[in-house]
This record gives sequence, C-alpha cells and structure tokens, in this order.
Amino acid sequence: MAELTYRDAVARAIAQEMERDPNVVLLGEDVAKAGGVFKATVGLYEKFGPKRVKDTPISEQAFMGAAMGAAMTGLIPIVDLMFADFAAVCWDFFANEFPKSRYMTNGQVKCPLVIRLANGSARFGAQHCQSVENWCMMIPGLKVVVPSSPVDVVGLLAASVRDPDPVIFLEHKSLYAVKGEVPDGEIIDTIGTAKTLRPGKDATILALALMVPRALAAAERLKAESGIDCEVIDLRSLLPLDTRTILESVSRTGRLFTVEENPRLCGWGAEVVSIVADEAFYDLDGPPVRITTPHIPLPPAELEDLLIPSVDRIVETVRRTMSA
Amino acid sequence: MSKKTPAVDIAEATRLEMYRSQYRLREAEQRAFDLFLQNLVKGTSHLSLGQEAIAAGFATAMKPGDLTFCTYRGHAHTLARGVSVEKVLGELMSRDNGLMRGKGGSMHLTSVEHGVMGSYAIIGAHLCIACGSAWRAQYQGAQDVTTCFFGDGTTNIGAFHEALNFAVIWKLPVVFVCENNLYMEYTPIKDVTAVPQPAADRASAYGLERILIDGNDADVVYQTAQKAYARARAGEGPSLIECLTYRHSGHSRADPAKYRPEGELEEWKKSDPVKTYRARLLSAGVKASVLDAIEQEVKKEVDAAEVACKAAPPPPADLMFTDVYADGGCAWRN
Repeated sequence: MAELTYRDAVARAIAQEMERDPNVVLLGEDVAKAGGVFKATVGLYEKFGPKRVKDTPISEQAFMGAAMGAAMTGLIPIVDLMFADFAAVCWDFFANEFPKSRYMTNGQVKCPLVIRLANGSARFGAQHCQSVENWCMMIPGLKVVVPSSPVDVVGLLAASVRDPDPVIFLEHKSLYAVKGEVPDGEIIDTIGTAKTLRPGKDATILALALMVPRALAAAERLKAESGIDCEVIDLRSLLPLDTRTILESVSRTGRLFTVEENPRLCGWGAEVVSIVADEAFYDLDGPPVRITTPHIPLPPAELEDLLIPSVDRIVETVRRTMSA
Repeated sequence: MSKKTPAVDIAEATRLEMYRSQYRLREAEQRAFDLFLQNLVKGTSHLSLGQEAIAAGFATAMKPGDLTFCTYRGHAHTLARGVSVEKVLGELMSRDNGLMRGKGGSMHLTSVEHGVMGSYAIIGAHLCIACGSAWRAQYQGAQDVTTCFFGDGTTNIGAFHEALNFAVIWKLPVVFVCENNLYMEYTPIKDVTAVPQPAADRASAYGLERILIDGNDADVVYQTAQKAYARARAGEGPSLIECLTYRHSGHSRADPAKYRPEGELEEWKKSDPVKTYRARLLSAGVKASVLDAIEQEVKKEVDAAEVACKAAPPPPADLMFTDVYADGGCAWRN
C-alpha cells in the first residue's frame, strides 16, 4: 500500500498498462520529456522511450485522428488532450469519428483508445475550466469515465485502456494534488459501476469527480448538525450509467440530490432525474433537486469559487429541502 | 504538369487491369445514377464519373495489405480495391446485401478485408486518421502504405494542414492524394484558394515535393503512385500528389451542376479517362476484341448486381441497434 497523488496515479496506471501490452502508446502535447502540463505523465518517457511516449505539435485534430487511425489498425493509444475545453477544437473526433466508426461499418472497424482530459474548475477562467462531462454524455458510442480518487484513477484508467470502445477519461484538475491510499500490484476496476461511499437512510446524493469529496463532507456536516443521514454515491462513469445502484438507493431513501459541476442545462443530473422520475416516481418523498454550477461561463480566480457547488451550498440545499 | 503519354514502360497486363478497373467504376457509377432515377437510391450519393483514372491507377499500384482512406465520394476507391459492385449498390439501396448492410450508406463505404478503412464524410478528418494508420505501420515495422484520397475543397480546412505537418515530422508512410476536380461542392476552387493549385502549391510549406499530374491519365497516375509508394516503403516519409481531373456529374445527386460555364464539361469530356485509355490501348496494339470482352464481363457483373440488389430484402429492423459498442449492442445503462 502506498500513498499516491491523483496525478501520480495517472502515471502509475499508464505504466501498468504499457508494461502489460506493447501496443499501448501515449501521445499528446508535452507528455514526453516534460512529463505533461499537469505532471501526470512524469517518468513514462524515461521508462518507455520515444517510440511509445510521443510529443505532438499543437494540432489537436491531427493527434486525435492519428490516435484513431492507430486504434483502428492495431495500437491502443492513450491521448492527453490537456485542458478539457480543447475538446471543442477537435470535437469532430468526439462526435463524428470515434463513436460512429463501429456502427457505420456494421462492426468492421474498432476504436479502442482513451482520451484523457483535464476537466473542471481550477480558477483558469471561462476557456480552461469548463466541466465537459455533459458534452461527452450526449454521444452514443462513447464511454465516459470520471474518477474521484487516486485508487479509482488507477483501476478505471487501466480498465479504460483494456476497453474495446473509445473512452473519454475525465481527470479533475483540482484533484491532481489529492493523496490517497493505493494498493500495490496490478489494479483493474470495472467501468459502469457506481460506488456507494457513505451509506445513509434519509437521502441519496449523487456526485462525480471534485463534487464527490464535497458531497462526502456535506454529508458529515448534515449528520452532525441536523441529524440528516445521507447516502453518497460516486457515479464514476456516465456512459455506461449504473442506474441500478441509483434506483436501488433512491427507492430506500426516497430523496435524490445531484451535485453537478457542469453548467445546469442538460447536465448529467437532468438525465438521472428523468430516469428516476420514470422508474422510481412512487418511491420519492419529494422532488429531486439538482445542485449545479449556474448556466453561465466561469470567471477566473477566486470568483470561480462562488459558482461551483460548495460544501456549504450542498448542506444548505439538502437541509432546506429536507425540512420543507 | 507532366504529360508523358503514352507511358510505355507499364506491362500490358497491368494496363488491361487498369482499363478493366476504370470501365468497371464508370459502369457501376452510371448504374448507381440510373437506380437513383428509378427512386431506388433514397439516401445521398456522390459520384466519381470522370475521375476513374485516379482510383484505378492508385489501386493498381497498391499491394495487398495497403490501406485506403477516402471521402464520401468513395464508391470508386472502394470498388477499385476489389469490393463487389453488388455490395456497393446494395449499400446505396439500403439492402441487407449491402457492404455494411445499409448502416453506413453511400458516404461511409468500408471493407476492412479489402483494405478500405473507410469513407469519411466530414472534410479533413480522415487525413489525420490516415496518419495514425501509417504511424501503426511504422511502429510495428510493417511494410504497408496508407493512401488518403480527398477533394480540392479539403485543402482549405485546418485538418489538411495539421495532417501534412504531422505526417512529415513523424516521417509517416502515407500518400495524400488530392483529386482536384475544380469545384469544392458548387464553388470553383480557384475562387476560394490563395494559390492556383490547391494541394501542389501548399507542398513546399511542409518541405514536400510539388507534384501535379494529369489525373485523367491512368498511366501517369500509376507511375506517380508507384514512386510515392516506393518512397513510403523506404521510410522516406509522406507524399502529396495533386491530380487534375473533372467531375462529369454534379457534387451530389441533388446537384445538376448548372454553375459550370457552357462548354466546360464538353471540353473535359475530350479527355474522358475511360475513352482515352481505350484509344491508347488500341493504338498500342491491344485488340479491340480483348477490350470488348473486358467490357462485357464488367457489364455482366453490374447487371447481376442490379438484379441481386433489387431482389435483396432490407436489413432487419433490429440491426439498427447493433454495434454501437464492442459488445455488439447499444446499452448505455444497466
């Protein structure tokens, strides 16, 4: 057992998979000698060499396409896109190319690759801190994985590399420095499984990535200050979505809260609430409540803090709702 | 532009193969248009009538295992790699006997077993994807070369420039082929491009040789392709080849091409690649009966394909829900 940061967990998972399979390759801007802009690929160039760990020019379309062409013909590329916002300059590949190739060719073409994005808030402003999980969730054919802890980074990134479908792997910028215990040896997790991190009987709180530790902290305060016992579930992936765990929890607690960093409209919580309304309506004791970032661009620096769901906001919203 | 005709240092068997290929592409495309007029092709389609020499010349120069990436105007390139006319027409007609059983349609013809890695309908993307295919060959020490066909309009999108720079810096075994048919969709390419030759005049920006050829001359195309493939297989990196040609029909089935100046089509039809190649082979001593026999065999394949496609059922409805994911299905939740 070792204590690893979230960013070290990324490098550990990539190393684990590159050691296992010589067809796994890593590419992106500054991933090689520089070790990545977020220092999440430190040591990989030294360990695996320039043939397998490759710096690219600032040509997002070129290296997304190169990854796809390599994936179609036998390699398993891991791509570092850096800031998640940059998905917009190569969105063709997310929306039209990776996820449609298998379908359009009636199963002839495969696209086993992993696109790593540094997602979410970190005070860089409107073009470098968006939470794009809802962009990705809209597209049939993709898988969307969103880890919240170092151990999940290792297991889910390894599972993403081994997954035969295109996986969008959303790392959270503000979690890179967070430490956690990670067991020694090979770790492999299962995509599409949510994790109940705190059992509770009064309300279900669903969260992703940076919102997970905030939901957990809020749950502790709600219990201590108001006696409200919240169950906290880390969804961990949006595609596939573990609706079984969600519905089972909501059927017991009768209350649902989503804590979403994405802007409000078409956030993942809207889809979850719609599913719960369809399939667990009569188990609900009150309306589901979505706690989201407002539907505005993000300002930089500490102004950002006012807008992303905080522990205080989660506590207040749950308390107000539960006592209404 | 190199106009070295007639090229005599190509084996007669190879030239006959290229004639068969061009004639077959012509017949198949014309049949596709006829079927559209019969309202049996209900999706879109983009024909390569008049551009057959490029597909035939390159495909003939390829080796088994070489990979083709093309655009939505990809019927010719798909057929030229040996895919049956029935599979292509079946796909256009949304029949179960189609190449992808109707799920891709005219713009996405793909036959991995023939090395046709896809037809791409978003301009530019597949140049980048072709880089990846070539990178895999280089990574694995394989000898195959990737060829990427695209139209003149593609030269003005960013992905074209990203892909060229990328292929050069990684020295990839990929051949980029611009089919300059003078029109990006409906607008003359010269009206929207900074240089006279949209691909060739950009080559120097990437340290590549300027290659501009007569794309209606299968012999020239074949020899140019051979040189580029030899360079790629020798590890010397990518090539960019601009082939001048002309589209006999409109951009897509919806386009009667009324924007063309009077007489332009007629002028280009004088260098119709299929007709001029037949005449050249005759003057080189090939017997008319040999060419007639090729034509009859091709017509037989196309006729039989039409009959088979008209008789074929549509795909079963549940096929629409397959192969979204690698498990064969479309489940996004448990």
